[in-house]
Amino acid sequence: MFSPEIVTAAVLNGLLTGAVYALVSVALTLVYGVLHIINFAHGATLTAAMFAAYVAWQAGIDPLVAVIGLAPLFFVLGYAVQRWIIGPASHGEDRNILLVTLGLSIVIENVLLATFRSDTRSIDVPYGFSSVDLGFVFLPMPRVIAFGITCVVALLLWILLARTDAGKAIRAVAKDKLGAALVGIDVPHVYAVTFGLGAACLAVAACVLLPSYFVNPRVGNAYVLVAFTVVVLGGMGSVPGAVIGGLFIGIVESLSGLYFGESLGQLGIFLIFILVLLVRPTGLFGARA
Amino acid sequence: MAEPLLSIRGLVAGYGGTEVLRGLDLDVAPGEIVAVLGSNGVGKTTLNKALSGVIPVRGGEIRLEGKRIDGSPSKDIVEAGLIHVPEGRRIFPDMTVLENLELGSYRRGRPRRAQNLERVFATFPRLLERRTQRAGTLSGGEQQMLAIGRGMMAEPRLLILDEPSLGLSPLLVEEMFALVQRLNAEGLAILLVEQNVMQSLALANRAHVLENGRFVLSGRGADLAADPELEKAYLGL
Repeated sequence: MFSPEIVTAAVLNGLLTGAVYALVSVALTLVYGVLHIINFAHGATLTAAMFAAYVAWQAGIDPLVAVIGLAPLFFVLGYAVQRWIIGPASHGEDRNILLVTLGLSIVIENVLLATFRSDTRSIDVPYGFSSVDLGFVFLPMPRVIAFGITCVVALLLWILLARTDAGKAIRAVAKDKLGAALVGIDVPHVYAVTFGLGAACLAVAACVLLPSYFVNPRVGNAYVLVAFTVVVLGGMGSVPGAVIGGLFIGIVESLSGLYFGESLGQLGIFLIFILVLLVRPTGLFGARA
Repeated sequence: MAEPLLSIRGLVAGYGGTEVLRGLDLDVAPGEIVAVLGSNGVGKTTLNKALSGVIPVRGGEIRLEGKRIDGSPSKDIVEAGLIHVPEGRRIFPDMTVLENLELGSYRRGRPRRAQNLERVFATFPRLLERRTQRAGTLSGGEQQMLAIGRGMMAEPRLLILDEPSLGLSPLLVEEMFALVQRLNAEGLAILLVEQNVMQSLALANRAHVLENGRFVLSGRGADLAADPELEKAYLGL
């Protein structure tokens, strides 16, 4: 058995990783909740954002500074891609949207592969190996920062969705497209805004990941696989579900890494995934059909 | 008749390969109630959806206060003041009553949101009592009130009511028609689309009976109510 200090440290570390999972999952579940499609380009978008942060770092800009520019940039890109590529190409059919996002992911990954080759790269930030001392445990500085930024983004997103007219319009479209159109909400615009918000969340995730992680043209998929689990666990389309699910999965991964061995950390995640599908397929916060 | 508020000429609309509406003419004058009657599946809802820009218009033209609105996206039609309270209410169940009403003025009427809220709450005191409650927890009648209240928040020039009495108890149906009359008495023009023939005719200045995508019978409400053709037309005999 491990001492309580080690277990607590594992839980805290898991919480820090989980915050990034939560961010990637919120983006996925938000798009699912409003457009009712799984965005297959999610992982590729995350990868692209990580390369964008990498390029910024090469130009001398720290990822934590670059996020200020990259989040709005990815919002605009996401908006444009949904409004002028995915929307028109789908002709109103949900399954077409699915295929278009799948196609997009292939294009993005291969453009990145052609541009950056398949090498795995990482960056070396000055705070990369510093840590925060809580007395009984040292937490790695990059992850603590990632956690803090993720909390801020989650809070901003919550304020947007719960308190503003734009957020209410997004929730209205998610619940009832026809009802939303009839109060004069511009549904295609809301679709694009939602897609843009998802991409912006991924840009933030990319910028907080890069200081402690690596990047290659397929790196985003690992995160998206976890995000799918989180979204199913939290309930498809539920933003609070994605936040809590993300933190929970982070802890599960960290603990199963502790007990089963580091390389088997993800084992626990997929056990949970199978259990949720068996016992509660609508997820913790999902609507009962 | 005064200059029509809504004027429809030769309206054709449908889905896929099917034409549901095959050339409709209809006018609503300011302050008028015009009823469109017909049984299930004759195209009443298609008419409303075409009017509010939710489905494309395939032929003919629609004018609101003289301005063409066919082919416009629904947000512009709402902006012009044609407000459609849909069949099945289509309220947002996870949001509070207040949030639903606020969304009613998303596109139109926003500068006077506070006054309009007061007006809606004066009309529906029940909604005031339940303003912090989730809309999905309201009874059917209350949800219908909320749907109409949400429509009123947009300061309609013309209000389309699609089956407002559907699924309500007989007592509530009476209340609903009394409400329609009251809104109209305040000067609101209403296009009332209903299955409930006799009660609609009692209110309507004019009415049209829709069958297989065409108006088979049109006239003043009172005249139609007494017309033996009505039963034949309505029952499709």
